[in-house]
Amino acid sequence: MAHAVSVKDPLDVEVLRKDFPLLARTVHDRPIVYLDSASSSLQPRQVLAAMEQYYETTHANVHRGVYATAEGATELYEGARRKVGRFIGAPDPKREIVFTKNATEALNLVANAWGRRHLKRGDAVVLTEMEHHSNLVPWLMLAEAIGIELRYLPVDADGRLELDGLERALEGARVLAVSAMSNVLGTINPVPTMAEAAHAHGAVVVVDGAQSVPHSVVDVKALGADFLAFSGHKMQGPTGIGVLWGRAELLEDMAPFLGGGGMILDVRLDRFTPAEIPWKFEAGTPPIAEAVGLAAAVDYLHGVGMERIVAHERLLTAYAIDALHERLGGDCRIYGPPAGGDRGGVLSIAYRDVHPHDLAQVLDQFGVCVRPGHHCAKPLMHRLGVNATARASVGLYNDEADIDTLIEGLSHVGTVFG
Amino acid sequence: MPDLEELYREIILDHYRSPRNRGELPVPPAHRVEGFNPLCGDEVVLSLEVADGELRDIKVAGSGCSISQSSGSLMSAAVKGRPLSEVREMIKTFKTMMTVHEASLGDDRTTGAEDAVDPEPLDFSKMGELAALQGVVKFPVRIKCATLSWNALSQGLDEVAST
Ligand SMILES: Cc1ncc(COP(=O)(O)O)c(C=O)c1O
Repeated sequence: MAHAVSVKDPLDVEVLRKDFPLLARTVHDRPIVYLDSASSSLQPRQVLAAMEQYYETTHANVHRGVYATAEGATELYEGARRKVGRFIGAPDPKREIVFTKNATEALNLVANAWGRRHLKRGDAVVLTEMEHHSNLVPWLMLAEAIGIELRYLPVDADGRLELDGLERALEGARVLAVSAMSNVLGTINPVPTMAEAAHAHGAVVVVDGAQSVPHSVVDVKALGADFLAFSGHKMQGPTGIGVLWGRAELLEDMAPFLGGGGMILDVRLDRFTPAEIPWKFEAGTPPIAEAVGLAAAVDYLHGVGMERIVAHERLLTAYAIDALHERLGGDCRIYGPPAGGDRGGVLSIAYRDVHPHDLAQVLDQFGVCVRPGHHCAKPLMHRLGVNATARASVGLYNDEADIDTLIEGLSHVGTVFG
Repeated sequence: MPDLEELYREIILDHYRSPRNRGELPVPPAHRVEGFNPLCGDEVVLSLEVADGELRDIKVAGSGCSISQSSGSLMSAAVKGRPLSEVREMIKTFKTMMTVHEASLGDDRTTGAEDAVDPEPLDFSKMGELAALQGVVKFPVRIKCATLSWNALSQGLDEVAST
């Protein structure tokens, strides 16, 4: 996040795009312009090949069989765990990475397995107004169930967190749960400073990294997080797998989450003993092929270089913001901070007073994929005073031509809704 | 862009820009009913005044995309002042028009499609301006926008009938 942007070794996007089969397709006779990576990213063929190879040569259930492929599958699955752990700088990758279904499940796991053991009625959890529902509803559910108090850090007019009240909000708080990057505004929150303040108050820091992990260089120690949740499908991996990283001491002192096979050491008719971490939190047959795919995605990102990806996306975001303003002027409004170091490639756009649904419909005719809606952040929408926005978000495979087509499409909206 | 023109026909854009029967009626005597599309946040609020088996007056409020709002406006113009039996018939016809492709959406829980399935062929030509919304069926995700106010109307009439 605080890493210097280097433009010395820019990405060759034209070459890299060839890795993504979906980019070869056309939509309404036009090449697809994929600007919805914040929702779900595309997969390179390396990821697809790794999964196919796994199914063709090594598939078996993990942690059970003694035959060769079962051992192979277990090795691949546990290898994926270590690889993902190293990718985010986990001190103990073998024990600290829990595979879940997605970021949402990872956050629910924290709220339930940590929250129910350590929080009691009246305890305060600090959240922000810009949280995705997945870092909001689990805490609301916990509030309903055990009566915790929820406090919210407000969002200012530029779409940044107002941190004047941070110290006061943290007074006596047990948890700070914050998104490292907003999926609506692109705002990159100053998690390291916030975490430091939270720790000074004895609070545990839960970071929603669904948007930040795919688009920044993440090191959990530098971040100051105690828990970090993210999704495979937003970082060139497959759907069906997410990750919870947690500090080993914290994971050890948590209740299990789901119960079933794989998460126990022993079971009697009247009691059970949970397995060691991380398996304690992985009930049932895990997403094995998906873990293999995620490991391949990490290899891919690593191969391209996260620093180069960040630099590319930052330049492209600045280009997009400039070009939208220059070519569409007052007709186009972009929510969130101006281009800069605390601004990721998520652009929530309003065009004149045309409804985002209609914007997205017209853009679809240009092959442009953007997302209309509330982006699972309804409280933030209320704060912005809108029901919905049209969101364009960039990935490593986007280039200036994609932005130009977006603008061409937006200009056409004017002729339809004149 | 022929597909777009089929969706955003002139009549639809006209009703979107200058919606008919816009506003709310005092409750009572009017009955108020809301329709909500949780996916996109589109919202419609209907005020219905029913007397002597007739839909005497209807007003439409709310906010949303051109399809949901124009559909509400077109609906209000079509049903206002009509006998309830005719209104029910129109609801059925409209929903059938929209149901043609709805099944393929794999979610007919929220659309009221169950009660719209009618094996008899219906005459869409009697729909007048409403037929302009036929283009929507080509855009399956927008069908819910078009049916939003009709489902609210259907629900509102049921509520009035049961009080
Ligand atoms: C900031 C943020 N948090 C959490 C999520 C939830 O991710 P998933 O739906 O993969 O669980 C998303 C994505 O939708 C997100 O953008």
